[in-house]
Amino acid sequence: MRILNFLGLSILKGALGHWWHQRLTAICIIPLSLWFMASLVSHLRSDHETVVTWISSPFVSILMVFLVCGIFYHAKLGVQVVIEDYVHTRRSKSFLLIALNTGALAGALAGVLSIFSVTFGII
Amino acid sequence: MESKPLSPHLQIYRPQLTSVLSISHRASGIFLGTAGLLALVVWLGSIALGPSQYEMTMSFLRHPLMLPLLLLWTGAFYYHLSNGIRHLFWDMGVGFELSTAYRSGYAVIGSTIALTSATWIYAFFEVIVEVIG
Repeated sequence: MRILNFLGLSILKGALGHWWHQRLTAICIIPLSLWFMASLVSHLRSDHETVVTWISSPFVSILMVFLVCGIFYHAKLGVQVVIEDYVHTRRSKSFLLIALNTGALAGALAGVLSIFSVTFGII
Repeated sequence: MESKPLSPHLQIYRPQLTSVLSISHRASGIFLGTAGLLALVVWLGSIALGPSQYEMTMSFLRHPLMLPLLLLWTGAFYYHLSNGIRHLFWDMGVGFELSTAYRSGYAVIGSTIALTSATWIYAFFEVIVEVIG
């Protein structure tokens, strides 16, 4: 049970699940985002073809999908806390939370689909 | 009437290193999670759309007016990363003593400056090498 809780796989609901998921995504995106930043800087002057070749390799595309999913989920959880802390009217709170969830989902989907279409050569 | 304890009024609350770092974590998180992620998706999307769209996005990002924003973005990234690791240590119950909290706070500032500078120096040389050939 404890290890399941640790992995965030149990039926954690509400605040505790939120708290764990925030930390787990944080730990995952520490190495991923550092790797991404290093790759980004080394591709500063690369043309489109070079970047496509880079992303298309299985290793890079898988890591990029993990990064996009992890980072969007982490951002969604983080911004959610800020909204819950500072927005007190029920209407604007609901509106902002719906906008946040929609935006995070749409952004993550757009990112993942972009990576897939580059990887599978659908340009 | 007995006076009740109040939460600190930010207008008269003397800023301390710890409180400034705390609010900066949220501010940098919001910035990275909104503008930063928008940029990430636009960048990925432009690669998928093709060479001309990619070049358009890159020339927009390379515009001199974007420089302060990019600097802010790298700074916010390294700050949120460093201070996030500091938070993970707190979550494990390590480093709560006031003196340790101050020391780790200075370490976060140091690593933010060091990593941001290293990234920009590397990027600068990358561009210079390209120009010189």
